[in-house]
Amino acid sequence: MSEPVHPTSRRARRRPVVVGACAVLAAAAIAGCSSGATGPPVLNFYGPADGATQYSAAAEDCTAASGGRYSVVYQSLPKAADDQRLQLARRLVAGDPEVDILGIDVTWTAEFAAAGWIEKLPDDVAARVRQGTLEGPLQTSTYQGSLWAAPLNTNTQILWYRKDLSPTPPATWDEMIAASERLAQQGLPSYIEVQGAQYEGLVVWFNTLINSAGGQIVDENGRVLLGQGDAAQKALSVMQRVAAAPGSDPSLSVNKENDGRLAMEAGTAAFQINYPFVYASIHTPPPDGGGGGTFIDAQGKPSGTDTGRRVVDEFAWAPYPSVVPGQQARPTIGGINLAVSATGDHRDLAFEAIQCLRNRDNQLRNAVEGGVPPTLADLYSDPAFQAKYPAWEAIKSSLDNASVRPLTPAYTSISIVLSDLLNPPAEIDPETAVPVLVDQVEGAANSEGLVP
Amino acid sequence: MSIQSDAPVAATKQESRRPAGPTKAQLSEGKRAERNLGLLLCAPAAIIIVLVTAYPIGYAIWLSLQRYDLRFPAEQTFVGLSNYATVLASSYWWQAFGVTMLITVISVVIEFVLGLALALLMHRTLVARGLVRTVILIPYGIVTVVAAFSWQFAWTPDKGYLAALLPDSSAPLTEYGSALAIIIGAEVWKTTPFMALLLLAGLALVPDDLLKAAQVDGAGPWQRLTQIILPMMKPAILVALLFRTLDAFRVFDNIYILTQGSNGTGSVSMLGYDNLFKAFNLGIGSAISVLIFICVALLAILFIKLFGASAPGSEPSGRR
Repeated sequence: MSEPVHPTSRRARRRPVVVGACAVLAAAAIAGCSSGATGPPVLNFYGPADGATQYSAAAEDCTAASGGRYSVVYQSLPKAADDQRLQLARRLVAGDPEVDILGIDVTWTAEFAAAGWIEKLPDDVAARVRQGTLEGPLQTSTYQGSLWAAPLNTNTQILWYRKDLSPTPPATWDEMIAASERLAQQGLPSYIEVQGAQYEGLVVWFNTLINSAGGQIVDENGRVLLGQGDAAQKALSVMQRVAAAPGSDPSLSVNKENDGRLAMEAGTAAFQINYPFVYASIHTPPPDGGGGGTFIDAQGKPSGTDTGRRVVDEFAWAPYPSVVPGQQARPTIGGINLAVSATGDHRDLAFEAIQCLRNRDNQLRNAVEGGVPPTLADLYSDPAFQAKYPAWEAIKSSLDNASVRPLTPAYTSISIVLSDLLNPPAEIDPETAVPVLVDQVEGAANSEGLVP
Repeated sequence: MSIQSDAPVAATKQESRRPAGPTKAQLSEGKRAERNLGLLLCAPAAIIIVLVTAYPIGYAIWLSLQRYDLRFPAEQTFVGLSNYATVLASSYWWQAFGVTMLITVISVVIEFVLGLALALLMHRTLVARGLVRTVILIPYGIVTVVAAFSWQFAWTPDKGYLAALLPDSSAPLTEYGSALAIIIGAEVWKTTPFMALLLLAGLALVPDDLLKAAQVDGAGPWQRLTQIILPMMKPAILVALLFRTLDAFRVFDNIYILTQGSNGTGSVSMLGYDNLFKAFNLGIGSAISVLIFICVALLAILFIKLFGASAPGSEPSGRR
């Protein structure tokens, strides 16, 4: 009964399978062809999504400049740093030969080097990279005495403030806290905006403060120095007082860079510790920037009516406040380093290409169009750069006194543990917190124990 | 090939023969053939399941016995159970475990009550039955991550319509209590329809005659629910609660989107994820995964012990 049915139904079922198998084979054949195609070797440059336009342009320029020896293609990674790191790690652990050049966050250099994911720069390349490059960014590319990456761009924070509320900028955190309390008593905008949320930005704040007070979290050999001296205690005391002061922003414990910028533009903040992008934002009308269009009344309070005075008119900048009076602050630097993957097939060409990708022209384009400060010292005297960055002197001085985050492979774990322990900043007890921090950071530095 | 084409015929013959008073020798011979055939038919599926699930589980267990951090490849060694000791001694694990249990218990209880109400509604609906069932199922059809994003926007100050209902400068997603409540709310909203669907299937087991007879005997609606409907639905309730409990214990998507586990709202799955994919610590991360697996297994055993013979897969006699 079922006999006549079976053969046809079986054949009908088999046909799509055959077609599917053919499609898979064809796809494999095409893929095989494309990778074995003639023409110069393709170098894939994986980097962050922010600035993709400028990095792609640089990749094109370098392809043209190579004279047909290689071509660089920019492959954009996700926007969030954690996602970028995870995606790169997955490819590198799997030995992906298609990854040639990596644009990595400065804090990952040691980690990628220790894991064997990136190649040390050859001596001649290292010598050329060192030439004319700022000391701080070079330090972020160094692991155990050798250069493992070439600094592409950097970033640093300075103090942005309202000159109507504070005619002279505070030189220390103590002065700034006192000024904020005074403004709060007068009922004027008093917020000190800084990154207090539970994330990397909070660790950057802590790292700057502890370095400014003469301390260090972890040294290059992975030894935890957090507990030595009273630098950590001083740093924690500043954080706690900024967050708990009467005139402080009540949502400081969830604020990131953008929240600080918005508070300043809305007229509620008197001081702000932030990156140079806030200058461009306050001077760019919406929707591209935040604009500094909020009106302020004669006293300096934000106002709904046209008073003829705007926040942007009173917007000024100054060097990062210090922790110890008379001792310059040591702001933490960020940025992107270029590294060569240990899994790529064309490493020699990749070393050539990274030098091109960070040359003067490309760095200037990143700075002017992408808003990220360059790592070549002489660009800071370039008129095109100075026109775009009126605060260049303060930025340069921040970079000259820069501190770097711990150059240890376990930095990410240390950072997760620290941001968990330091948030919310208002509840830090500077007297008792240091031993707990030391204990947890030691575990994280040796990759023992859990991260929260 | 030939076996397969003959199979249905043979099976049907065996099937039809069974209830008609069997002769012992015949049955055992037929039964053996039937069993062999059954095993043969199941084999491909079983082999694939073993390959797809047993290998990763075995590999995870092996990893959990190693000190293995991707950033320190040279330090990989066998460390026995010390990763488990580290996890179980860590306050982060117990904090996450507490949060997970809290979310599981509260959300499953709420889902059960709401789900039962919805199931009764769907069961009793007379007009537009299809429409009612479809509408109720919509939340379950939405991807969890998408739903979580819409909750996140709704509760974000200045952007969200729900946050706008709260007093100024309150950010509910940044505080432990309110964030946890929002996570539970999102879970309940998303999976109540699933619960309702499973319970609806159970309601179909309750004969109307029995309810009518009870009504004639003077049983009120509450008595009919607790004395007849719920006991009759026991197997369906077990399945629904078991599925949802195991699901809720592994809660990840909603927390990942809504709070990223900040302010102490991380579940055990978040903890495992962070240790695996942020700290790159495969040893500790795998130990956490295995512990989650054990917890889930214990929960399943507990349920089956509590509900006894009405467990799914047990003998039909237990199902009444």
